[in-house]
Amino acid sequence: MLKVRNLNVSYGGIHAIRGIDIDVERGEIVTIIGSNGAGKSSLLNAVSGMVRYQGEMEYEGQQLPSQPHNIVKAGICQVPEGRLIFANLTVLENLKMGAYLRNDAKEIERDLERVYSLFPRLAERKKQIAGTLSGGEQQMLAMGRGLMSSPELILLDEPSLGLAPMLITTIFEIISEIKAMGKTILLVEQNAFKALAVADRAYVLEQGIITASGPASELLRDSRIREAYLGRK
Amino acid sequence: MFNWFYIEGILILVGVNLMVVLGLSLLTGFTGLFSFGHAGFMAIGAYVSAVCTLYYHIPFVPAMVLGAAASMVMALIIGYFTLGLKGDYFCIATLGFGESVRLIFDNLDFFGGARGISSIPMITTFELTLVICILAVAALTLLMHSRHGRNMIAIREEELASQAIGIHVFRYKMISFAISAAYAAVGGALYAHYLGYLQPLMFQLTKSTEMTIMVIFGGLGSIGGSVIGAVLLTFLPELLRSFANWRLVFYGAAVVLIMISRPQGLMGGMELTDLWRKFRAGGRKRRGTDVLPDEKKEGGDAA
Repeated sequence: MLKVRNLNVSYGGIHAIRGIDIDVERGEIVTIIGSNGAGKSSLLNAVSGMVRYQGEMEYEGQQLPSQPHNIVKAGICQVPEGRLIFANLTVLENLKMGAYLRNDAKEIERDLERVYSLFPRLAERKKQIAGTLSGGEQQMLAMGRGLMSSPELILLDEPSLGLAPMLITTIFEIISEIKAMGKTILLVEQNAFKALAVADRAYVLEQGIITASGPASELLRDSRIREAYLGRK
Repeated sequence: MFNWFYIEGILILVGVNLMVVLGLSLLTGFTGLFSFGHAGFMAIGAYVSAVCTLYYHIPFVPAMVLGAAASMVMALIIGYFTLGLKGDYFCIATLGFGESVRLIFDNLDFFGGARGISSIPMITTFELTLVICILAVAALTLLMHSRHGRNMIAIREEELASQAIGIHVFRYKMISFAISAAYAAVGGALYAHYLGYLQPLMFQLTKSTEMTIMVIFGGLGSIGGSVIGAVLLTFLPELLRSFANWRLVFYGAAVVLIMISRPQGLMGGMELTDLWRKFRAGGRKRRGTDVLPDEKKEGGDAA
């Protein structure tokens, strides 16, 4: 579905991503794990058109559009790191903003119900001003808003960032549920254990280079990865 | 002292400032981009329209439109190269732009150089200014209630999120910047044809900051606030005129006092209609900066 070839991202003199290849197939969860500054977010931002890059990206057999809004139109949606919800709008209004590019009122209504059943918390709080939600609820809202654009491929950037352990478990359960809805997910995470547990395939990114890749269950058993990212032998 | 001629003069200045302030309000208040170069756009509108009426004998309104168009084109060119910059850097770029425009007019003989242009036909009247201002306020209100205006507000609120949901952020910043520049140019055209002469010195950085102060004073994100800011802060120095040199001190103190007691500005993002609704509702509820009239339930626990 998504084919990334020889991707390079630089910020001034800093070469954040050095020629990586990544494939995402329809219906799977692919996770990119790696430490701080490995280039994980840069990769997602390149796919969503937020940063400039060199290299080739193909989506559904066609060249990926270069401008962010056209990428959303093509069916790729990013749930940015740190949530970035519209703090002054209500939960419901935030969700409706997600459907910004759509005109099919009935379908939007149906997707709204789907988001509510996925995140009952949001249904309870639909009239609440989004800025007053807790961190976990804001993450749910950001994910719900992403789903409202009816994407085929969802780019999740650090969904567990700054959340309590209990909530992290909930968020990862929901990620599996989103996959069960038939969506494809490219997940960037620092919480490597949780990410590998939920993903089908994984790539390990270190200083802009892919150092390991394969089925998530295999990486989960790999002693080198267990030591470096999971903190256990 | 308070004869009509004097009052009319101040009212026209209010209108001139209001035009620039409305433009800045769109850019700063609604799109979240600060500009310290609007005196430059004002200068372009003033000089272009003055040259049109004085040298080419074009009637005022088309001349004003030409000035606005020139200013818009300039904004699109500048914007194309600078609107990709993050907020602070864009602000610095506009500052540089404003000063360079002034210096260019300072050095072009066609525009009279440092001595400026004089004997521009004095066409601006109070009635004309009033009509243009009413049209400008109405157009801006319509814009802000349209999908396009809401897109700009979304960009102000959360730029990255706006991009993530598919708003063409760069295009809307360009549109906002261009319209804003056109508004400033109309203000400049009115100014030129009120005073009858132009000098590059009129369009210094202080002019730009003065306009920004009016927008912030009135309240960012409020058209009504911009009107109030422009009216009060244009009249205030005139009322204080009898204090001679002290008047600017009082002016500064008044602005500082307001900003301390109401950092969100006089209107604080609300419109006059919101205030009226609130008054009708008996002020039952106080809320944050953005008021959503149909919103009844206030959110509870933030864990």
